[in-house]
Amino acid sequence: MSITVLSGLAGSLLAAPLQRTAPRRAGWLLALLPLGLFIYFLTLLGPVSAGRTLVETLPWAPGLGVEFSFYLDGLGLLMALLVSGIGALVLVYAGGYLEGHPQLGRMYAFLLVFMSAMLGVVLSGHLLTTFLFWELTSISSFLLIGFDHKDETSRKSALQALLVTGGGVLAMLAGLVLLNQAAGTLSIPALLASSPDLLKHPLAGPAAALILLGAFTKSAQFPFHFWLPNAMAAPTPVSAYLHSATMVKAGVFLILRLGPVLGDHPLWTPLVSLTGAVTLLLGAWMALSQTDLKRLLAYSTVSMLGLLTLLGGLRTPLALEAAVVFLFAHALYKGALFMVAGAVDHETGTRDVTRLGGLARRMPQTAAAALPAGLSMAALPPLFGFIAKEVVYEAALESGLFAFAAVFAASAVTVFAAAVIAVEVFWARPAGSPPREPHEAPLALRLGPLVLAGLGLLAGLLPGPLDRALLSPAAAGLVGHPLQPGLALWHGLTPLLAYSALTFAAGVLLYLARRPLRRLAAALTAGFGPDRLYDLAYAGVFRLAAWQTGLLQHGTLRYYLNLTVLAATGLVGTVLLLYGGLNMPAAFPGATFYEVLIAALILLAAGFAITTRSRLGAVAALGVVGYGVAAIFLLFGAPDLAMTQFLIESLTVILFVLAFYHLPDFERFSSRRTRLRDMLVAMLAGVLMTVLTLSAVGIQIFPTISSYYAQAALPEAHGRNITNVILVDFRGFDTLGENVVLALAAIGVFALLKFPKRRQP
Amino acid sequence: MRSFFLRTAVRVLLPMLLLFSIYLFLRGHNEPGGGFVAGLTAAAAWSLYAIAFDSRHARAAFRVEPRRLIATGLLVILASGLISTFSGRSYLSGIWFSLPVPGLGDIDLGTPVLFDLGVFMTVIGVTLGIVFSLEEVEE
Repeated sequence: MSITVLSGLAGSLLAAPLQRTAPRRAGWLLALLPLGLFIYFLTLLGPVSAGRTLVETLPWAPGLGVEFSFYLDGLGLLMALLVSGIGALVLVYAGGYLEGHPQLGRMYAFLLVFMSAMLGVVLSGHLLTTFLFWELTSISSFLLIGFDHKDETSRKSALQALLVTGGGVLAMLAGLVLLNQAAGTLSIPALLASSPDLLKHPLAGPAAALILLGAFTKSAQFPFHFWLPNAMAAPTPVSAYLHSATMVKAGVFLILRLGPVLGDHPLWTPLVSLTGAVTLLLGAWMALSQTDLKRLLAYSTVSMLGLLTLLGGLRTPLALEAAVVFLFAHALYKGALFMVAGAVDHETGTRDVTRLGGLARRMPQTAAAALPAGLSMAALPPLFGFIAKEVVYEAALESGLFAFAAVFAASAVTVFAAAVIAVEVFWARPAGSPPREPHEAPLALRLGPLVLAGLGLLAGLLPGPLDRALLSPAAAGLVGHPLQPGLALWHGLTPLLAYSALTFAAGVLLYLARRPLRRLAAALTAGFGPDRLYDLAYAGVFRLAAWQTGLLQHGTLRYYLNLTVLAATGLVGTVLLLYGGLNMPAAFPGATFYEVLIAALILLAAGFAITTRSRLGAVAALGVVGYGVAAIFLLFGAPDLAMTQFLIESLTVILFVLAFYHLPDFERFSSRRTRLRDMLVAMLAGVLMTVLTLSAVGIQIFPTISSYYAQAALPEAHGRNITNVILVDFRGFDTLGENVVLALAAIGVFALLKFPKRRQP
Repeated sequence: MRSFFLRTAVRVLLPMLLLFSIYLFLRGHNEPGGGFVAGLTAAAAWSLYAIAFDSRHARAAFRVEPRRLIATGLLVILASGLISTFSGRSYLSGIWFSLPVPGLGDIDLGTPVLFDLGVFMTVIGVTLGIVFSLEEVEE
């Protein structure tokens, strides 16, 4: 399984060279990879529908319980089939859509990386593996949305999607850490088998809320829905892949995946279903005013993602089954319709419905793909969307009037949206004229919508085998027990059928009143919403950064030193006082004559260094201080330390002397008051360090560590000099870091001295 | 500063100091000393040379570009750790073997010696890099 997930990454390396050698066939050839994966996943249908799950685990950081592991059950298989199948179609589609584009190879590469990431998310068997691939989807989608990188809107939308979903994933990571504390594992099979006691853990609630936050941002739930319509700045193949069928479903997928683990928490159902319901209605409302085909589809997608979230929140067996069935239906028709919208855009030069109409005569095959997909979206028989909508209605009715009303209203708008794209664009009288004379789209652009729409029709006519092989096993894993496959096109004259008919009628009414409706909805929603809030927050971050940079990074060495010393003294001192760190020894052992002598010398030299008016005198005095300290080291039996200190002091004096040439004359620039203040700061720091050192002497946290080193130095590290053994062996990694710091310091000095000075203005 | 006496003294002092630095390096594992101190000693010796003559002469006599020495030192440190990785142990864990040397008995050699050599080189490179550049600005 790891090979199937990672093959996309390998394929992405081939994409650009292949595009150069075979510019016309690259898309078709590259599509063979996801197609192969699709066929491989099809072969797994048998074992998985028999209730088996496949697990593959590679150790990653075994000491931390982190695994790179994969887990394939019904739900994972359903998603993997969608990701690989639609992936193959999208690669072909991208080849036609961006034909002749100089960066087409890059597009293929990004799409393949994204496919890998998405497969990783849906097949992951450990939540940290999920997190890893989740981040990879964010990054690859950033590259895909910003593909047209010379356009400012594209860049802005890409950054927005990255920041919103990336911010969410940070919350999710925090949630995963909490979940790990509560459950003791992040392995998905282990979590699924965990006891219900997990929910009683005080961290289970916060963990669920944070993980859900990540899922909501990814699946464009209110109030994070705004990035999805803005992401329509991406080329259409990207929108068709990421924003209809795959990436936005990652959040829903995670909600479904973790439902059996955290779903019985009292927080879950209210939070998830309410967010879903609000998003469902909001997306529907926003869809009404859209005249851009892709934005219309995007808002309808937001709405339907809300529906999936709502179902994932309700968590009745029927709701979970409905979520799985509808997820499949939605991926088929929405993927097809996005590709149709792209084909129309490609052939006419516009996506504005007010300028389109009657394209069926010019683009008969595209129209033939749009019609069944649109009918499926409008939930008409005999298409699969109809079956899905029936199950959704059944689940919504079961859980109450409010849920049903919300689903009903949003479904009516879905019928309206379907009518706009499948009927108004292709069959209505043209309202305006498109910028280009329309032609039938090339095969690469027709193939995707035709296949997906055809599958929707086939699934509608023969729901039984599909249900038995794929959908019921997927839902069974979520419900926790096997389900009786029961999808059928015709249930007889039930109340559900009447509701469906009513929905359709309401949608048709909305469609007929579309022109005034668009004006009304646009007037009511103009210039308001979380998108604006995002802009404000975005600008605010920069203002905050400028303010605090001005405050802290003012460029005056004196204030840097003051601030650093004061902050360190304040923080350490506060903790020391508040948490009873003061632990002064009651009696001091007597000092020897030499110690007193050296201490007096150090004090004298220090006093001389701050009062002298000669720079060389000050440097020499500092050297005396350092030598004195080294002498104390020597007295207390640390020859290594003393030797190093002596050498460092000598070299410091040499460096000072060399630096003298660049310094102006030694003068007093500061006033008496600033010097007094600096003295106070210095004394405060000195007092703190003294108190800290004296307090630390009395505390022995690890009584064994120095004796351990003393004992282990010779047998384990073949050395008798403990200091050196610690440096090069026991704590070698620290020394490695210190050496890197040294090297960086040297590079800093090179940079300061060797680069030509900028002229002062 | 360019005094005749200093120059003459440095000519004699430099080889002795360098020899002392190597001595410090070699005995470091068992007695006071080690790569860091040895590196500082060697750097101090060369700094003295650079002050007595000038940095151009010092660079010429030193032969190696200090920046290159820094990079080599860091690479040696990294490599000494990788040896244990490739022998299937965790990064930077010491591997030792005994080398019989006629007249001296068995000498223990191991990856930490290599590590210390890297520290030695890095310290010399960093210090001399700074000293030479500071001196060149002044000229």
